[in-house]
Amino acid sequence: MKLSKLAIAGAVAALAGASLIGCSTSSSGTGAGAGSASSDAGVTLTYWATNQGASLQADQTILTPELSKFTKETGIKVNLQVIPWTTDSTKILAATVSGKGPDVLNFGNTNAWTFGKTGALLQWSDAQLGEVGGTSRFIPTVLSAAGSGPYTSLPLYSQAYGLFYNKAMFSQAGLTPPTTWQELVSDAKKLTNPAKQTYGLALQGASVSEGMHFEYIFARQNGGSPFNAQNQPTFTTAANVDGIKQYLDLMSSGLVNPSDAQQQNGTQQTSEFAHNKAGMIMVQNGTINSLAALGMTSSQYGVVPIPAPSPLASGGKDLASFVAGTNIAIFKNTPHLDAAIKFVKFMTSTQEQQILDQKYQLLPVLSGAALNFFSDQAMAKTFTDILNSKAEALPVGSNITAYQQSVGAQMVTLMGKAATGTKLSDSDIQAALQAAQAQMPAQ
Amino acid sequence: MSRIDVLSRSAGKLTDGLPPLPRHRAARLRRMTPYLLVLPAVLLELLVHILPSVAGVVTSLFTLNQYYLREVFDAPFAGAKNYSIALNFSSSAGSALVHSFLVTILYAVVVVAFSWFLGFSGALILQQAFRGRGVLRTIFLVPYAMPVYVGVIVWDFMLQRDNGLINHVLVNDVHLLGKPAFWLLGNDAFISTAIVAIWRMWPFAFLMTMAGMQSIPDEVYEAAAIDGAGPWRRTYYVTLGLLRPVTAVLLLMMFLWTFNDFNTPFVLFGTAPPPSVDLISMHIYTNSFVNFNFGLGAAMSVLMLAFLMIVTGLWFLWDRRGQRHGW
Repeated sequence: MKLSKLAIAGAVAALAGASLIGCSTSSSGTGAGAGSASSDAGVTLTYWATNQGASLQADQTILTPELSKFTKETGIKVNLQVIPWTTDSTKILAATVSGKGPDVLNFGNTNAWTFGKTGALLQWSDAQLGEVGGTSRFIPTVLSAAGSGPYTSLPLYSQAYGLFYNKAMFSQAGLTPPTTWQELVSDAKKLTNPAKQTYGLALQGASVSEGMHFEYIFARQNGGSPFNAQNQPTFTTAANVDGIKQYLDLMSSGLVNPSDAQQQNGTQQTSEFAHNKAGMIMVQNGTINSLAALGMTSSQYGVVPIPAPSPLASGGKDLASFVAGTNIAIFKNTPHLDAAIKFVKFMTSTQEQQILDQKYQLLPVLSGAALNFFSDQAMAKTFTDILNSKAEALPVGSNITAYQQSVGAQMVTLMGKAATGTKLSDSDIQAALQAAQAQMPAQ
Repeated sequence: MSRIDVLSRSAGKLTDGLPPLPRHRAARLRRMTPYLLVLPAVLLELLVHILPSVAGVVTSLFTLNQYYLREVFDAPFAGAKNYSIALNFSSSAGSALVHSFLVTILYAVVVVAFSWFLGFSGALILQQAFRGRGVLRTIFLVPYAMPVYVGVIVWDFMLQRDNGLINHVLVNDVHLLGKPAFWLLGNDAFISTAIVAIWRMWPFAFLMTMAGMQSIPDEVYEAAAIDGAGPWRRTYYVTLGLLRPVTAVLLLMMFLWTFNDFNTPFVLFGTAPPPSVDLISMHIYTNSFVNFNFGLGAAMSVLMLAFLMIVTGLWFLWDRRGQRHGW
């Protein structure tokens, strides 16, 4: 008796291994209800907002007064849930499969295409787009991150990468902000003093998404691209390898604190920069808030575009960023479609955009929006210029989510090897990219 | 006497006080009672374990990706395609799976061996009565009682290179290392992850072993002592010998748990663990949930299920032979 019970227990424990996957095939969604015809007053919308501020609490503080304003105007209540980036994708996935999710949600625009393809999001009709003022209000490059229509999500916030430099450290070393990659490297050398734990740059070496972002930017600077015109992955080209080397060389030539190879989130990097342990960081404009939280005011640092090598390699592009940002979408299964559309209209209205951009220090998504909210106008101009002339949207129609994970994870591994002193040859990098490409699901 | 006999007898007794039913109905009820009693358990078991497993097996036969997530029933049938991708060891997906599988076996063996050894040693020490034994028992159980995420995140802080406690102690205090080590990169990451997992697992081994030891009667030790067995031989033949049934179950359970360990590497490394800690559960997670390749992920899960069932089956044979031969 005891034995057979144990065998059953063992078999059951073994079966539990397979149930990891089991949840993916549970019931598909119930039929979507169309928006109710009656008044929306008294309706409560659930809104999943990704973490934009310095902390989850900061998001609550920033968004709550705005949502009350919306409730006052329309009578529609909003139940706000701030979602950390780490669980965002998994939560949306679970909602997609179960059909039970929020009414309105936002997510990183690099995921816009993938999530749109799941069919879980409302595909905006022309009439519905008309209700929120149409797509022509948005800056074209920012809108293009969501594809060229039909749209399943609309731009909400926009961000761009910039090279932040510590003014005090630069003037102490007699340096000016770099305009070419070569200058960046020589500036970093002069700022590096390992004995004092001071380095030219700080990085987030273990972050999958950062790894993929920089792989993209530097590959483009070197004339490469992760996808060809047919959206087939072309990860292993020599130009892509050159781009990765440009980035990894910062670590292998000792210009970055090797410990940064273990950093998964941005807190360590911003802290090194704010405490004069790193002269430069390559981050998005939302970091302005994190630096302020660490006591570093915008007068203590400057921002320039991340420079490209000079002269550019053949086919290379002077790219400093991709069009980063956050899109807002309506979950298809919402029973409160009218209310949800009203909420998206409110969040993308000129007035609210101005307030939210100021509070989060984000860039506008609406054409012609004034940037007068930045405390430092020069900085505002730099970011606008980057977004307008030195940024491009990631290729739409490619599986960006899988690209981010497969290439990003290889970048983390390569960065770890560079930090621990492994000499990386071109063929090592190529092998890593080949492994990433093999992981890409068939289109 | 089997358990079912016991149940039906007691069920029979329960009906004694009630007004008599017609004889054939009473007999039928008596026959049905044990089945009715286990019915809720069987239904829940089906719901909680069997159905998801079957769903996993079915998923592995389909090409399920982001295009079919919402309409899963429209996903195209793939037959054995997902399996042939996973089992084609010359392809990069297949060789990555083999690598991950071997790493996981090594991880499970190391973690189970050390956890059991520490747990057994701890239980042995606490067999002797001494002052503060209760306090020590409580302290030993802390890692097991602590929420996994809290424990592992604290380790994550301690394992940092510049300001982590472990490098501080090893480099600045005891000067064991000349320069700070990267505990979360390269092969060192395997050692760190294994240590964290052992820290979490050994209190369970300790608890089970301690409970087992308390059921060994003192007379056996006394008899062994009279026969001239010293402390080592008493530990080996009496303690370990009589603990055998407990140890066997314990090792199997710990192996299955560790083999499926997801929390430890996920909290330490996110979705990109170093190759030395690319454990199978993480590998499957990245393939299904991050790359949106649910069919392939499910196929890998089913292969792991098959492996663990083989391990469990072999264990069962070994255990039965052990019982028969009185090991």
